[in-house]
Amino acid sequence: MPLYHDDDQAMLADTATSFMAEEGSIAKQLRHWRDRDCKDGFGHELWKQMAEMGFTGMLVGEDDGGLGMGHVEAGIVLEEIGRNLTPSPFLTSSVLAATALKHGSNDLKGRYLPGLIEGESVFAVAIDETAKHRPSRIACRAEKSGNGFKLTGSKSFVIHGASADMIVVAARTSGSDEDADGITLFAVPKDAANMSHNAVRLVDSSVATHTKFDGVELDGDAVIGEVDGGREILNAVLTAGRVGAAAEGVGVARGAMDMTIDYLKQRKQFGKLIGEFQALQHRASHLYSEVEIARAVVIKTQQLLDGGSEQAELMSSVAKAKVAKAAGLAVKEGVQMHGGIGMTDEYDIGLYMKRDRALQEFLGDAYFHANRVAEMSGY
Amino acid sequence: MSDLETFRTETRAWLEANCPPEMREPVRDEEDVYWGGRNASFKSDAQKAWFEACLAKGYTVPAWPKDYGGAGLNPAEAKVLRQEMSRINARPPLSSFGIWMLGPALLHFGTEGQKQRFLNEIARGEIRWCQGYSEPGSGSDLVSLQTYGEDKGDHWVVNGQKVWTSYADKCDWIFCLVRTDKTNKYQGITFMLFDMASEGVSTKPIKLISGNSPFCETFMEDVSVPKSYGEDVPAYVGEINRGWDVAKYLLGHEREMISGAGGGDRTAAIGAAMKRHAAKAGDEIDPVLRAELAMFDVDALAYAAMGEKFLDEIKVGKAHPAQPNMMKYVGTELNKRRHELMMATGGSRALEWESDETDGGKPSRNWLRTKANSIEGGTSEVMLNVISKRILDLPGS
Repeated sequence: MPLYHDDDQAMLADTATSFMAEEGSIAKQLRHWRDRDCKDGFGHELWKQMAEMGFTGMLVGEDDGGLGMGHVEAGIVLEEIGRNLTPSPFLTSSVLAATALKHGSNDLKGRYLPGLIEGESVFAVAIDETAKHRPSRIACRAEKSGNGFKLTGSKSFVIHGASADMIVVAARTSGSDEDADGITLFAVPKDAANMSHNAVRLVDSSVATHTKFDGVELDGDAVIGEVDGGREILNAVLTAGRVGAAAEGVGVARGAMDMTIDYLKQRKQFGKLIGEFQALQHRASHLYSEVEIARAVVIKTQQLLDGGSEQAELMSSVAKAKVAKAAGLAVKEGVQMHGGIGMTDEYDIGLYMKRDRALQEFLGDAYFHANRVAEMSGY
Repeated sequence: MSDLETFRTETRAWLEANCPPEMREPVRDEEDVYWGGRNASFKSDAQKAWFEACLAKGYTVPAWPKDYGGAGLNPAEAKVLRQEMSRINARPPLSSFGIWMLGPALLHFGTEGQKQRFLNEIARGEIRWCQGYSEPGSGSDLVSLQTYGEDKGDHWVVNGQKVWTSYADKCDWIFCLVRTDKTNKYQGITFMLFDMASEGVSTKPIKLISGNSPFCETFMEDVSVPKSYGEDVPAYVGEINRGWDVAKYLLGHEREMISGAGGGDRTAAIGAAMKRHAAKAGDEIDPVLRAELAMFDVDALAYAAMGEKFLDEIKVGKAHPAQPNMMKYVGTELNKRRHELMMATGGSRALEWESDETDGGKPSRNWLRTKANSIEGGTSEVMLNVISKRILDLPGS
């Protein structure tokens, strides 16, 4: 398969580009909700509109009422989300939770998927337990209790945790904290007793929770997949999420870069456009190169993942790390080249820097993933 | 089975039958590949057998038309052949600047007579070509070149000096940029072809920091270059005084080639191999070096995806015409980094200049050689200038 969008994908990209630029713009969404101190950190109306566009159920199979599309298509939407810094539950709900629910029972699918496809429901995913992403260690425990389980422990960095109608929780049902096996995924409903959220606003104005499970009673049918067999599903969820986050990161990088290149063509100092200075030209050209390469590795990885290739796992880490570096460069150069105005809240470039920082941390940063590339390569 | 799959099956079988095992070993230096030319000799029987098998099949230049010595493969078939050759690590049967540089220029700008003669000679490995571009005063600013061809009616008299002429001392003919109009900078250069055995041509190898001498200075003193070598075989490519168009076209090719677009070793990850090397020598890799190797592998694997995407886009005309400059810039910087890391992993052993253990100082000589990657064919700085101007459309650049 060639590494560019086919005709259908190019059409979707056109649609997503104009929709997000129109409805998901920084003024209409990110600034609007931030300045109103919105507790969800995103607008439900936009989520409904995204459902009407067919975005929310893209990765849901056709048998389950979705569009049965792949990660290339989801990535197209995510890149536009990134470019416009659009706050939305798309990544956590339509990519991460939807990937988990693929492995769920028909009962679970019937309970949750229609709400997702309609844009009525929002899902969160609770994996991290410490400030750094470390999914190999899961201490949160679910003990057998009657016909179900009792969940105890705490999770961090649960994006949309307090707004979610359902949270996918990775918990330990056997073994010790560092074991690969013995993990089970649960679909925990919003109204579960003994669950509490401490919601915190993050640097990028998104809202995440520290969520505590203090003996949360769950029915046996809350289990996604098999008891003790959750590691593989969790890995699939993480890979999908990382590739999705990388696609969003490419959007952030391109948004910041485009804004900066435009600025170089407008801003005058010393009687010249600052874009005439070679010191800035070379840095801008280097940035362009890095962002182009990040784009390439992301579409390569999306195609590998959609094709079920064994390479997808390794390349998902390559993509996440490469995008983190490229987008990090884009926002840092962006703020620096904007000069003083780049430090002001009024100007959007700083918002890109904030979003990039949060996105880098989500599901593992460049250091985590470069280390993972080394481990998977055998060194 | 599709035609392409049939082609793959046949190609695989043909390679199995015709590529000797010795020709499936990694290329360690330039001698390992046959370069052709009047004075060429084969390093081994296997090298000769492999060259002759490919020649008969048109595989020294597989994508060229059959009339000009190629196999007439379409781009998809050529890609399959490349993939199948790289699957068994097959060495190229013939390597030359004729194949990479002059050939593409003639295919694009040449007359039928030039194609019949020169392309067939290149395909058969009969004539080895070198490239006369840079001059002592014209490196990055190539268009300022001074070598002058004085018009004498049916011939030119050429005087001047070229530098960085690859293997000029081993080559038979030169394609050479010569100023033929001193009043017009860009439209005053002719892309000439002439015999290195012509009276007045001399060469002097340049010893590099690697200790090797792959490049020469080439001197031209009253060299008489006829304007024609026969019917429909002019001694210049394109038009007189419009050689800069040809040169620019070729620089694009050279940048693609140097950038390693299309894959190969340069885009591969190295961390695992470095760990094995270190272990074999009884060394361990420091955690900080391991981290640098991991970051390098991320960049190399991402760049490999970029190379693949770039080739896919070229095929359908989707690639930005200046994208080869970006590929060249990143690819060469990456290769320099690769060799820095290989030196760091090799430790004091990698410093040895002449030992048998290092095969005559391969690690350090190769490391030094890579420093030219971001200079030859346009420096990294020139590449960044081109990206600024042609892709980013920045002002005044």
